[in-house]
Amino acid sequence: MPTLKIPTPLRPYAEGQSTLTLPGEVVEEILEGAVETYPLLKKHLFNDEGKLRPFVNLFLGEENVNQLEGLKTPLSDGDTLLIIPSIAGG
Amino acid sequence: MKINIPADLLDQIQAHGENTYPYEGAGLMLGQEENDKRTVESLLFLENAREKDIQHNRYLITAEDMLLGEKEAARLSSSILGIFHSHPDLPNNPSEYDREFAIPWYSYLITSVNNAKAAGSRCWRLEDDRESFSEEIIQINSNRQK
Repeated sequence: MPTLKIPTPLRPYAEGQSTLTLPGEVVEEILEGAVETYPLLKKHLFNDEGKLRPFVNLFLGEENVNQLEGLKTPLSDGDTLLIIPSIAGG
Repeated sequence: MKINIPADLLDQIQAHGENTYPYEGAGLMLGQEENDKRTVESLLFLENAREKDIQHNRYLITAEDMLLGEKEAARLSSSILGIFHSHPDLPNNPSEYDREFAIPWYSYLITSVNNAKAAGSRCWRLEDDRESFSEEIIQINSNRQK
């Protein structure tokens, strides 16, 4: 199964877990599994319309999945997906 | 809530804000966190990735730079504790835009820079409900902890 790495700021919403191993064939399914298992994660990953928040980025190895097939990017057993926030402010 | 920052690192953060004036400068604070006690050990100065014409009141650290920060933190056996940025000619409290895009847990250190001179820094953390910030007291250490 693929692995999802949770960044430090989001670990309190995943009961302190840094790594989740979840079933899923594409990125979207892994995220759905993560928020189903840890509902507190949901509001920090998705906005009220259910869309991924703009500062949430997903990397498969070194590649941003936006450069691949986005949420439909296929995953294989043993793949590691990283949640990496981008930071904005003013 | 308190965050310990060696005096020389706080000086570097404030100098960075002066050097990037009249634009916002930003970077990452790396260090240790244990039982909510935070100690900054090193800094990563990053490019403000916002378009130049809005850098006077906006900053962006890209996901690619955050990935770089995560790797550097792992190399140093530390964590990304938070983000520093400057407010050119504005107070060092978070703007509404800061709140809208902030992430809980991280420490947000803001330095006010008036006429290219740093005029003080304050640190903030977003509340879990994302509605407001709480101030985190900056404790300045004259000597670095080894």
